Amino acid sequence: MRRRWMAAVAVTVAGMLTLTACGGGGNDGAAQSPQADAAKKVEVFSWWTGPGEADGLKAMKEIFEKQNPGLTFFDAAVAGGSGDKARALLTSKLQADTPPDTFQGHAGAELQGYIKAGDLEPVNFLYDELKLKDVFPQQLVDQISVGGQIYSVPVNIHRSNVMWFNPGVLKDAGVTEVPGTIEEFIAALEKVKQAGKVPLSIGSEWTAVHLLESVLLGSLGTEAYNQLWTANSDWSGPAMTKALNDYKTILSYAGDPQDDWQPAAKQVADGEAAFNIMGDWAYGYFHNPPDGGLGKTSKTDFDWAPSPGTGGTFMWLSDSFTLPKGAPNRDGAVAWLKVAASKEGQDAFNPKKGSIPARKDADTSLYTDYLADALKDWGSNKLAGSIQHGVTVNDAWRTAINEAVGLFQQSKDVAALQTALADAAKNSGQ
Amino acid sequence: MTRVRRWLPGLLLVSPSIVAIAVFVYGMLGWNFRLAMTDKHDEVSEGGFVGLENFIGIWDQQRWSLSVNHAIVFTVVFVGGALALGWLLAFLMEKGLRGEGTFRAIYLFPMAISFVATGVVWRWLMNSGTGERAVGLNRLFDNLGLEFLQWQWFRDPDWGMAAMAIPAIWQMSGYVMALFLAGFRGVPEELREAARVDGCTEWDVYRRIVLPLLRPVTLSALIILGHISLKAFDLIVAVSGKQIITDVPAVFMWVAVFDAHDPAKGATIAAYIVIAVSIFVVPYLVWSLRKERRS
Repeated sequence: MRRRWMAAVAVTVAGMLTLTACGGGGNDGAAQSPQADAAKKVEVFSWWTGPGEADGLKAMKEIFEKQNPGLTFFDAAVAGGSGDKARALLTSKLQADTPPDTFQGHAGAELQGYIKAGDLEPVNFLYDELKLKDVFPQQLVDQISVGGQIYSVPVNIHRSNVMWFNPGVLKDAGVTEVPGTIEEFIAALEKVKQAGKVPLSIGSEWTAVHLLESVLLGSLGTEAYNQLWTANSDWSGPAMTKALNDYKTILSYAGDPQDDWQPAAKQVADGEAAFNIMGDWAYGYFHNPPDGGLGKTSKTDFDWAPSPGTGGTFMWLSDSFTLPKGAPNRDGAVAWLKVAASKEGQDAFNPKKGSIPARKDADTSLYTDYLADALKDWGSNKLAGSIQHGVTVNDAWRTAINEAVGLFQQSKDVAALQTALADAAKNSGQ
Repeated sequence: MTRVRRWLPGLLLVSPSIVAIAVFVYGMLGWNFRLAMTDKHDEVSEGGFVGLENFIGIWDQQRWSLSVNHAIVFTVVFVGGALALGWLLAFLMEKGLRGEGTFRAIYLFPMAISFVATGVVWRWLMNSGTGERAVGLNRLFDNLGLEFLQWQWFRDPDWGMAAMAIPAIWQMSGYVMALFLAGFRGVPEELREAARVDGCTEWDVYRRIVLPLLRPVTLSALIILGHISLKAFDLIVAVSGKQIITDVPAVFMWVAVFDAHDPAKGATIAAYIVIAVSIFVVPYLVWSLRKERRS
């Protein structure tokens, strides 16, 4: 009996050795062939597959291939809003040390996870060569730097603190002025409720975190909000308690949660709900023809303003491209980053994507309607970074905030939310 | 030599799968448990050994107790519902329904669909809008004049997970029916006749004769459903996404590993899922091994 077991173990071990030997041998052979190819192919990893964004990427691709005849663009986009699935795949690629030539990441703390893990190469040489520090706003450059090194090239800017509303619903409810402060906002929500419409539409749980960042900015003010992400943050103080109580009040006017942000925005467009606080990607959804949008007319079917209490501040988020360490085609990646950084590239991409360029010297005539407003504010407003979209907090911290808000939506316990947020800040390791 | 010749070819035949299972199942399991006992709370750090700290610490987290509660509610409703419905369907079939083959196929069809597809459809059916905004089942209730039945479905804070079990019951009860039907057919007609002669009602025949004989079938069904239920991930993500209101350990594990980048926490949750599943599976294996040896 015992000898039989020994034999089984021996055969198993022998089998395992054979397997590993095969594995090793196979690798050597396989690595050869793509290398020859890799000189031409540039693998660009993104999550731009939806209407608008995919068109923008294609426009940049055309410029890239025109300027670099020897290189071909390889689109490694993975579908899924805000890069949920793409980033899970990217994590495994980076851990296996097989990075794409360049990948998309939210500028800010989200990118800093990759920087700390040593996945990225600094691109200061590009900034010096193309004098990019003069054309990008200083705060944006700060957010993508660690210890004086810059790690990515921002392509676009989105605004998070936008309040979308239905002018017709407001008129029927007797709200004559667009609410500019949190108090006015709550009064307006109450009037809409009396009129029998949904005062504020919301989607799945992440949209509640999106709402939270606007309320925090509006209630605390820009200075205090920006301080939350520094060493002298105050998550436990009375100002935060008041902000979270405001949040609770505002959330009490929210309608039934919808499946995602689009159905929530649609409630405003259809006149079922009065307000929705969502990033400016909602503009494309409202405005684009029925193929990918709702085909509504701006200013009559829907209108916008900075979310209450945040006038004069631009809460931003930005997509940027990186240079991973060990990129198979580093020169190709650098050529792509040059296109992504250029005025031509950004002006081709952004009007299609429905965002504004990160550069300050863009051609303003290309940006009309909402985008013209956004471009004007981006140049003149104070800046604050988004929470949910990776600017101010790293992934671990953001997940903890999402967890706290998700639990709060059930318990409605402000004290517990504040404790959870304070703990999240303390444990973030940021 | 002859002894070797007797067992060696057999062993060689199965050794690839032994190796594969040793590496990819037990090797990975061991690696996961080791990871769960370290403080590797981000992808960069090395992770020192901390013993059972993660296993104990996780119980302080509100989200963990919530997701465990959800998993229990989901499992009880799903397993109970699928067993009851499957048994009822099998009972009706057994009574000599006309067109039995057709019905059997219809009830088995949902098994052929993946949980993701089921989830996408039921996400719409179980939309939480009520009143004017109702769609899906709530709209159906509205049209039938049964407005009082409208509710929040999986968004209900107390019974949301029970609603989440409905699509799972819909999908798996046909399979349970097939198991029971095979079991019913295996009960010798003489036993039933003997009971009837002794004055049993038809109901008593099932309760006192057939059901006890079906205990092994019930047990297999319980175990198969139980381990599916504890690992539930795809259905829940397809219906509601990764939201706290329908959080279960498997979803929490995904969030810990891929969103929060905390490998040790993810491994801890994975270890708990394995332990919970083995509570179902191991006694069954022991029991069936013993039975085999006896026969």
